[in-house]
Amino acid sequence: MHSNGFFLKDVAGFLGGYYTFIAIMNGVAALILWRRKNQPGWAITWAVVAGVMMVLASLALSGSASLVPSLPLSVRMLVNKLSGPVLYTLGTTALFTVLFVFRKFFVKPMVAWTVLNVALVIMGLSMADENFASIVMKADNVPIVGLIFMLAFFTWVATSQAVVNDERIAQGLPPMEKLNDEKVLVWPDLVYTELICMVAVSAFLLVWAIFLQAPLEEPASSVKTPNPSKAPWYFLGLQEMLVYFDPWYAGVVLPSMVVFGLMAMPYLDFNKKGNGYYSIEERKFSYLVYQFGFFELWITLIILGTFLRGPNWNFFGPFEYWTPYKVEVLNNVDLPQMFWVNLLDRPLPRAPQGAGLLTQVGTILLREAPGLALLGAYLVLLPPLLAVTVFRKFFAKMGFVRYMIMSNLMLLMLTLPLKMILRWTLNLRYIVSIPEFSLNF
Amino acid sequence: MAIGETIRNSQIWKSIFRHPMPLDRRNRIVVMLTNFFLHLHPVSIKKQGIALSFTWCMGGVTFFLFLVETVTGVLLMFYYRPTLEWAYNDILALRDVTSLGILRELHRWGAHAMVITTWLHMYRVFLTGSYKPPREFNWVIGVILLLLTLLLSFTGYLLPWDQLAIWAITVGSNMARATPILGYEGPGQQLLTIGGIDMITDGSDARFGLLGARFVGEETLNRFYVLHCIAIPLATSLLLAIHFWRVRKDGGISGPL
Repeated sequence: MHSNGFFLKDVAGFLGGYYTFIAIMNGVAALILWRRKNQPGWAITWAVVAGVMMVLASLALSGSASLVPSLPLSVRMLVNKLSGPVLYTLGTTALFTVLFVFRKFFVKPMVAWTVLNVALVIMGLSMADENFASIVMKADNVPIVGLIFMLAFFTWVATSQAVVNDERIAQGLPPMEKLNDEKVLVWPDLVYTELICMVAVSAFLLVWAIFLQAPLEEPASSVKTPNPSKAPWYFLGLQEMLVYFDPWYAGVVLPSMVVFGLMAMPYLDFNKKGNGYYSIEERKFSYLVYQFGFFELWITLIILGTFLRGPNWNFFGPFEYWTPYKVEVLNNVDLPQMFWVNLLDRPLPRAPQGAGLLTQVGTILLREAPGLALLGAYLVLLPPLLAVTVFRKFFAKMGFVRYMIMSNLMLLMLTLPLKMILRWTLNLRYIVSIPEFSLNF
Repeated sequence: MAIGETIRNSQIWKSIFRHPMPLDRRNRIVVMLTNFFLHLHPVSIKKQGIALSFTWCMGGVTFFLFLVETVTGVLLMFYYRPTLEWAYNDILALRDVTSLGILRELHRWGAHAMVITTWLHMYRVFLTGSYKPPREFNWVIGVILLLLTLLLSFTGYLLPWDQLAIWAITVGSNMARATPILGYEGPGQQLLTIGGIDMITDGSDARFGLLGARFVGEETLNRFYVLHCIAIPLATSLLLAIHFWRVRKDGGISGPL
């Protein structure tokens, strides 16, 4: 289904307001910079951007569907064609890596402002696509769009302070937070901030509630299964994991380990630095582990599960119509199959009919020997191996128990990306597959 | 202003507020100590501890949203009946005919916002290293509060009793079916047999405990309603109290030593 005039007329009003908002935003930025007088070039730039946005707004509001600014169809087709779980995951990873490595560049206010403008314009152009808009404007998905922008904003706020602090610490100066340790009275300084915050949040919530109706679909019916059936949005990262793992692991064990790991975090992080101020350099390891878990394994998977997974949990590009008839080839193979049949050219070991329990268990163990050996090496051999190599200092400082907990939690966390890679490269379904005990890994 | 003066000098006013208006330094200190709601706060605080660029105000906003959810939730409870017969119709009426039906929008969007602000609050606490000693235990309570927030949202998701609700809860709770040992499709459930009789069936496993039935039905609606309106809010309130108390006891908001 491609964009048609009716849809564009519906969305035109929204886009008109949207571009006007960006124009005002840039106009205000231009004004502030102009009055500060130190960056007249940027002031003019944002004034020009504001002007362009006003033009886009009037085009959107012109009443003519063909004038609504949108991405060319060929670009949308190309994006659809290129996108897939592999490119999405690798792309977001690359993006986070670039943002992290060049953080000193990206936190500059003018750079960040440019990035924000580009993101907003791409978003606006995409909204003129019916398929994109129908997913993004779904009432329950709107908060996730908000979440993306808020996360970006707050990460910028935190990182720009961390960059400054890291530079100061390198020069032997205390962090910025230290400079402001004069004491003030909570009344009025804090209680008024809280009051203003409450008023602002109430106003925001009221506006949101007035303009966006809460979703209400048909009455519940336990026989009419919608396709796709999705959990609430904050659990869609877990649902996305079901592509790679069975529910016992993706839905029960791994989430429990996430909660346990979060609780264990303050007891595992022995680094005393970076307590009470923004810093990256002083605690790079814990920073990267947390960001990897939060952004890569939680937020991006939620976005993937919400916006890019359609009927039958198939992947759909951002501008693709969610057809239930999309067929995806599933030719995934289990490791025992790969080892016994493909590699050794023998049938899978099977217990003879009516064999005793011991023989049956023995046969299962034999059949799953390659997978169990692999898992055993991963979870049992790797921690001590890491302790004497990469994590030598960690092991010395943490002691045996704390080190083992940390290394196992990290290895469990890494099972997800590893399984993803194995799926994409080898079409591996299960490493260990014991359907006799519903135990597939 | 004479009337204002009279009111402030009246016995009633003085019985409520035991000191003059907080306009000078002394009374600004006294107000923090004598007011029940304000005494959560310290009397004075480091300037950087209240800088928005440092705190983002996200913990406070989360708590405020919890209060918004409580107030709108109580009002909605006057109207909504958690039965198969009425649940959907009541929500429909809230949308189409009831005055102040916008309470439902406030409640739902407030809930989504609360999940997001909880994450952002944790993110800030992590980025400033504020989970480090002496605040380790308060971080643990915070993680439990995160879980409770998600559970509050999850149990509330079912109550409109529309297709979105029932299937989201079905998909979400299907996971419990796969709990190791305790779910009837989970690994190792075959081990729990006594005399050849399975102890773990679809009528006795973890999912059944969550739903109160073999599938999402009226029992589930009732169960989630009670969890959503009574059990989880009570637990959350208790932990919130401990969370705030510990912020003070662990040395107030974090800052460089």
